[in-house]
Amino acid sequence: MLGDQISTDQNATDRPWLNSDAEPLIRIRGVTKKFGEFVAVNNVDLDIHQGELFCLLGGSGCGKTTLLRMLAGFEVPTSGQILIDGNDMSDVPPYERPTNMMFQNYALFPHMSVEKNIAFGLQQDKLPKDEIEDRIHAILKLVELQDYKKRKPQQLSGGQRQRVALARALVKEPKLLLLDEPLGALDKKLREQTQFELANIQDQVGITFVVVTHDQEEAMTLSTRIAVMDKGEFIQIGSPTEIYEFPENRFVADFIGSANILEGQIVEDSADHVQVLTDIGELNIEHSQPVQKGAQVWVALRPEKIHLSAEAPSEPQPNQSKGIVEDIGYLGNSSIYKIRLESGRIIDVTAPNQIRPKSRSHGITWEDTVYLTWDPSSVMLLNK
Amino acid sequence: MNNRRSRFLSIMLISGLTFLYVPMILLVIYSFNYSKLVPVWGGWSTRWYYVLFESQDVWDAVSLSLKIALINATFATILGTLAGLAMVRFGRFRGRTLFGGMLVAPLVMPEVITGLSLLVFFISFKQLIGWPAERGFTTITIAHITFSLAYVTVIIQARLTGMGQSLEEAAADLGAKPFKVLTAITLPRLAPGMVSGWLLAFTLSLDDLVIASFVTGPGANTLPILIFSRIRLGLRPDINALATIIILFVAVCVAIAALIMFRQQRREEMDQQIAAREG
Ligand SMILES: Nc1ncnc2c1ncn2[C@@H]1O[C@H](COP(=O)(O)OP(=O)(O)O)[C@@H](O)[C@H]1O
Ligand SMILES: [Mg+2]
Repeated sequence: MLGDQISTDQNATDRPWLNSDAEPLIRIRGVTKKFGEFVAVNNVDLDIHQGELFCLLGGSGCGKTTLLRMLAGFEVPTSGQILIDGNDMSDVPPYERPTNMMFQNYALFPHMSVEKNIAFGLQQDKLPKDEIEDRIHAILKLVELQDYKKRKPQQLSGGQRQRVALARALVKEPKLLLLDEPLGALDKKLREQTQFELANIQDQVGITFVVVTHDQEEAMTLSTRIAVMDKGEFIQIGSPTEIYEFPENRFVADFIGSANILEGQIVEDSADHVQVLTDIGELNIEHSQPVQKGAQVWVALRPEKIHLSAEAPSEPQPNQSKGIVEDIGYLGNSSIYKIRLESGRIIDVTAPNQIRPKSRSHGITWEDTVYLTWDPSSVMLLNK
Repeated sequence: MNNRRSRFLSIMLISGLTFLYVPMILLVIYSFNYSKLVPVWGGWSTRWYYVLFESQDVWDAVSLSLKIALINATFATILGTLAGLAMVRFGRFRGRTLFGGMLVAPLVMPEVITGLSLLVFFISFKQLIGWPAERGFTTITIAHITFSLAYVTVIIQARLTGMGQSLEEAAADLGAKPFKVLTAITLPRLAPGMVSGWLLAFTLSLDDLVIASFVTGPGANTLPILIFSRIRLGLRPDINALATIIILFVAVCVAIAALIMFRQQRREEMDQQIAAREG
């Protein structure tokens, strides 16, 4: 349903997962991993296509690394099947898989120089010496570390180590590159810069990436698709836009970005919209899914999709509300307003600070009465 | 208050150092005593060193001890490394708990018990299969390997656990087969642990009196056995000379070890500085 909405105006070759004829590079079929009684990954199904940059996103301990390690061959699924390029991986040891992994702590060999670290994988393939040298040269150029060949990993900064780890995994030109929190050890500034570099490199080499991260911003910038994970299960799989604008449930709406989540009751259901009664008033939601009148539902409204105004709208209608400014968080580029409604509920609203205020006093300030309005299409109806 | 405490501390320090080093210093001084009677000072002399160098049984004991120590350290390191790898890297296997328990048993067992049980073992095997025909070099070496193996295994296990598995996984991920992972990653990373294990096994063997006394046979005297048997007949100046040489030897070894460690530390500090400059 969501897929249809979006695919009509997008190029289908960019989105191979929408093409049902395309053979996926990776097929994960009903994979479960238990450690004793503890279920780390619970019956997941997933197809990943050639050329994707796929993110596994979820909080700590939700089973991302375990799933990645099953792809690499370090963990054996308790049940289920993993196919890479059509081949069942059940009995294939890590050293024979067409995958390479970039480890969370990089796992660079401390007793080898940068050059030797990168050569290690190529030597295992018994490649001729001059080809090894050529490929090391090319990959060092790609990650801009030509001058650091002879250094030991201990003599490099965090960012450089990260690039050595990437080069070492990439140089074998695997069908699939697995990256476990590739930017997790870098500081914020470097991480933001490296996000784009990583996506660029993926674009240049054309290798399929599966990236594990707990950082939603990182997942949004990097990926073609994201799988949101919780307690070993996939909660939703989709492109960054789908995940953000069309979350299917409360967990995703809350986990990705921030959202005002409200409980409501359906009072009217017509062909193209439903009417929901909530704390903040009557909502008129554009929605094509059949729903039952009188049903309890959850709706979510993103703070940046609410328009804030000091003047009352000309005529009363659905999709508007009124409240008092309880608190303001000034972030520089935008501000977060905490609005207390008549019902006592607090709603978050963010507004860009587009105009530099002439004086210290802003347009809207504490204790002001403000009016909230939003577009009917902005309200997200959630499944559970 | 503070003053009193620092006085107390310095008294403790001085008495500690006194008890540690004065006996050794006295030993060294008396080894240069001309007199045949140890407590009677007869003037400076190196006479007992000549006596020492000329006595064949001392040389025999030194060479036997060194031979045993070298073979013991080498075998204990190889076997201890294998045992450590089995315990830490091979996951669960049948009899793992029993194996682990037997490995460390010599650590907790009183030496007399270890020595006695090995003696019983050697005697009954001689009766059963006629081997070992006589006790001496072979039996002492086997006995030493048995107990120093435990120490080496503990060191290797600790190092393997501390190392974690991710480097080995990275190597496997890059296409290295298990044997290649062992030789290219695990063993080089284990090398410092193996060196400490080797040195410890070497020292334990040189040092051992109790177990060697149990399992030795006629004519096979290790250095500790020789020293102890001579001392039983009263203090002797040539033994003081021997002890002085041993002290000197140990001091040189410790100094070399300290130098190596200092170098290592310096290198790590320099690496950190280089890394910090890059960051
Ligand atoms: N080898 C293991 N033995 C037991 N439990 C494990 C093992 N590996 C992971 N787990 C557990 O599985 C859960 C998921 O771990 P992991 O996949 O590492 O999570 P994350 O999403 O943070 O990467 C955690 O609760 C962890 O404690
Ligand atoms: Mg993890």
